[in-house]
Amino acid sequence: MNDQYILEVKNLTKDFPGVRALDDVNFSVRRGEIHCLCGENGAGKSTLMNVISGVHPYGSYEGQVFFHGKEAHYKSVKDSEKDNLAIIHQELALSPYLSIYENIFLGHIKPKFGVINWSELIVASKQYLDKVGLHEDPDTVVSKMGVGKQQLVEIARALSKKVELLILDEPTSSLNDAESEKLLQLILELKKEGITCIMISHKLNEVLEIADSITVLRDGKTIKSFDTNAAKVSEAELIQHMVGRDMTHRFPEKKHQISDEVILEVEDWTVFHPEYPDLAVVKGASFRLRKGEILAFCGPMGAGRTELMMSLFGRSYGSRCSGTVKIDGKEHIFHTPKNAISAGLGYVSEDRKGLGLILIQDVKTNISNSSLDKLSVYGVVNKHEEIMAAEKYRKSLGIKTPSIDQMVKNLSGGNQQKVVLSRCLLAGPSIFIVDEPTRGIDVGAKYEIYCILNDLVASGKSVIMISSEMPEAIGMADRIYVMNEGRIKGEISREEASQEKIMTMALQKTQEK
Amino acid sequence: MIDSREQSALRTFLDVAKANMRNYSMFLVLALIMIGFAVLTNGVNLHPRNFTYIFIQNSYILILAVGMVLVIIVGNIDLSVGSLTAFTGAMAAIFFNRMGLGFAATVALTLFVGLLVGVYQGYFIAFVKIPAFIVTLAGMMLFRGLTYIVTRVTPITPRTDIFKNTASGTLDVLYIMRMAPNNRGVMVEQAFHLLPLILGALIVVLMVVFGMRDRRNKIKNDFHVLPVGYFIAKQVFMAAILMYLSYKFALYRGLPNVFIILGITVVIFTFITNNTVFGRYIYAVGGNARSAKLSGINSERVIFFVHVIMGMLCGLSGIVFTGYMNSALPDAGKDFELEAIAACFIGGASTTGGVGTIIGAMMGGLVMGVINNGMSLMSIGANWQYVVKASVLLLAVWYDIYTRKKSGLG
Ligand SMILES: Nc1ncnc2c1ncn2[C@@H]1O[C@H](COP(=O)(O)OP(=O)(O)OP(=O)(O)O)[C@@H](O)[C@H]1O
Ligand SMILES: [Mg+2]
Repeated sequence: MNDQYILEVKNLTKDFPGVRALDDVNFSVRRGEIHCLCGENGAGKSTLMNVISGVHPYGSYEGQVFFHGKEAHYKSVKDSEKDNLAIIHQELALSPYLSIYENIFLGHIKPKFGVINWSELIVASKQYLDKVGLHEDPDTVVSKMGVGKQQLVEIARALSKKVELLILDEPTSSLNDAESEKLLQLILELKKEGITCIMISHKLNEVLEIADSITVLRDGKTIKSFDTNAAKVSEAELIQHMVGRDMTHRFPEKKHQISDEVILEVEDWTVFHPEYPDLAVVKGASFRLRKGEILAFCGPMGAGRTELMMSLFGRSYGSRCSGTVKIDGKEHIFHTPKNAISAGLGYVSEDRKGLGLILIQDVKTNISNSSLDKLSVYGVVNKHEEIMAAEKYRKSLGIKTPSIDQMVKNLSGGNQQKVVLSRCLLAGPSIFIVDEPTRGIDVGAKYEIYCILNDLVASGKSVIMISSEMPEAIGMADRIYVMNEGRIKGEISREEASQEKIMTMALQKTQEK
Repeated sequence: MIDSREQSALRTFLDVAKANMRNYSMFLVLALIMIGFAVLTNGVNLHPRNFTYIFIQNSYILILAVGMVLVIIVGNIDLSVGSLTAFTGAMAAIFFNRMGLGFAATVALTLFVGLLVGVYQGYFIAFVKIPAFIVTLAGMMLFRGLTYIVTRVTPITPRTDIFKNTASGTLDVLYIMRMAPNNRGVMVEQAFHLLPLILGALIVVLMVVFGMRDRRNKIKNDFHVLPVGYFIAKQVFMAAILMYLSYKFALYRGLPNVFIILGITVVIFTFITNNTVFGRYIYAVGGNARSAKLSGINSERVIFFVHVIMGMLCGLSGIVFTGYMNSALPDAGKDFELEAIAACFIGGASTTGGVGTIIGAMMGGLVMGVINNGMSLMSIGANWQYVVKASVLLLAVWYDIYTRKKSGLG
């Protein structure tokens, strides 16, 4: 054994019913480095981390895992935690009805004489929250915060334990650029303190920014390991190893035929918080969407973008809302998502686990759920057509699954995202609202999704895209609305759009009307 | 090269078998329990007469289990079904005796009463959003009270035998007489009923034809299908069960009426859950209510209708039970809700909703019924029957959780 390595994985093979997720993988992490793991959706990245951290117990895989040169026999995550190994999963695992500080200390609270001193913990939690840059009251219940903030709580939680090897599975997928940057700085900070870090990410610029080593997985096999300190690695080179071919463009060519016809017009839309009915989350938002147009909504976390869209979509958010919505010039009032869908709206949530998918159902059912009216005659589902529809999207979006009868919970994160998108595509709305549509999706598949969005607008549909990735918004949108603190701060056309412009606009003082 | 191909073929077959084991494990468990009791009772429990009685004795619970499994899939529970069975059973007797209605009108009116109760409970659960547990707990007390009130705490015996004949009788047509040994081994002339056999064979043929057509269609379109060996094994297995059942009925008095009623109910609701939009919505709402809502499903309406269905099935169960006892008893239906709920969970339904099948619930109900019956044949009292049923419930759910983990579904 070479004690330069904190972690070594040898000849690891892991099978699931019908799928070989990992195939003879070799993987080593040096002590004190930041090691990034890249690969397409379903390449086996999360599975590898789950094996290392004992989520898949010893005995359920073939091959060996060495931690500190000793073979690890973890039966559960508890065992690996004892060895100072911490993992933050792709899908957040906080206890939704507990507060921030309770979540931070849950599972490793040291009670005095069996009594927990909560006030002490509140104070203690502050230091970790400061460290991750989350400025929230530690008393806040986590389910009331967006996914991005919950992510920071997860990291604070990991930091509060003694940790030598920290595994982060797509930590920045739900953060916007500024917040991602902060997180990366945090990881570099941790490295200085001697913490080794493995990070999975689809954002290659981040990977290249912080990685000491990069390992690429494809179809469950290790394709290549790079040492970025020895030789410079380019994004193109990484992509080429990930997808097995060259990719010259990150965004498809756009030639949008935007008509002057306004399809959706929202006037003075105000939404109040579901729990605190006096707190306005969205304040007097007005915007227009034209036929054949892609609109992007940018802004920092908590700007009110998701809240705005969900409340428009049949009041799925908020206690009450006011304002007018016009579709094709006709005013509509949607009481339920069903009303909104019949008027031609479609919404893909950013929270695929909580609001998007039915995890215990199969891929096919998840795709067809919104379109059963179309797939049925007199209320009887035409199963044949249902399968055809599901197969069509499995192929066109490249959903990686042994069959469409596979349960969605067994899919990799990115493939789950593709299932949510498929469902909305199949429903065929004329106004397509997508909230972080490429969250957790690999570069190749992102390109596919961009193409699909372009095809949609080319066929006369319209798209509203909420995106925290500014390059994506700039690369795809015809117009960008910038939001912050519940207000629409301004509008930028495609020609003028730049990251700086969006940032300054977001931070502008609001001109009181 | 070839070696590894064969190996992987075998692997996928085992994988498929493992993944589908849960669907069939209930049949196997039921078969094992029956064989166990056959050994313990010298085969008395498999005697055609006893076989027929198992269905007659459990039909009212099985009818309730059909509705209960829908309620459980949608993520709720219904504690009122026992009291409601008593109430509707009493109302049936009252319609028939005191109001002098005909049988058909009585049945229709009783089902309507059940439906109205379902509307009332469903309204509070789905639209007022009071937890089902609370609404039906109130219902449990309410309908027991109302049963006492309408029956004046005295049994009501229907004025003719038509209730009794419906619940305990059989479809006594189309038979031949032949000599056969009775249970003491003496040769006597006995009826051999052809109808169950004909119907059983017909169903088997239909099953095979539709199964093959569906499979061919799928293959033609390049859809995913189960391995052919597995397909054949499944068809043979189902055919064997059906024909065994038909044969047993043929040897006694033919098809029990309640078996036909139950069979029709099961077929209708299996079709609804598997093939209709409404059925899909039930699973979707139970699987993730918030996602279902955002998919444009009117979850309140789905929940409402599930409780309406439950109410109506309580009405049906009430009629059958009044007939079975040949009397509407004020204390009828005690513990029925628990038996129906247990049947669903033994049959693989999930406490968190979104999972469960009608067939599973039927198997669960039969497991309990066969145990009750077997222990009665062995003259073991009701006290011990409770103990055994409790263990079965725990074991079944434990096994279910275990296999779910194994097949990667947990
Ligand atoms: N519990 C499971 N049961 C069956 N198959 C599984 C299970 N978990 C993962 N898989 C399969 O294993 C493969 C690898 O999945 P994994 O989650 O490791 O991918 P990933 O590289 O993390 O992808 P992503 O970037 O989308 O998160 C996928 O094909 C997935 O469908
Ligand atoms: Mg993953």
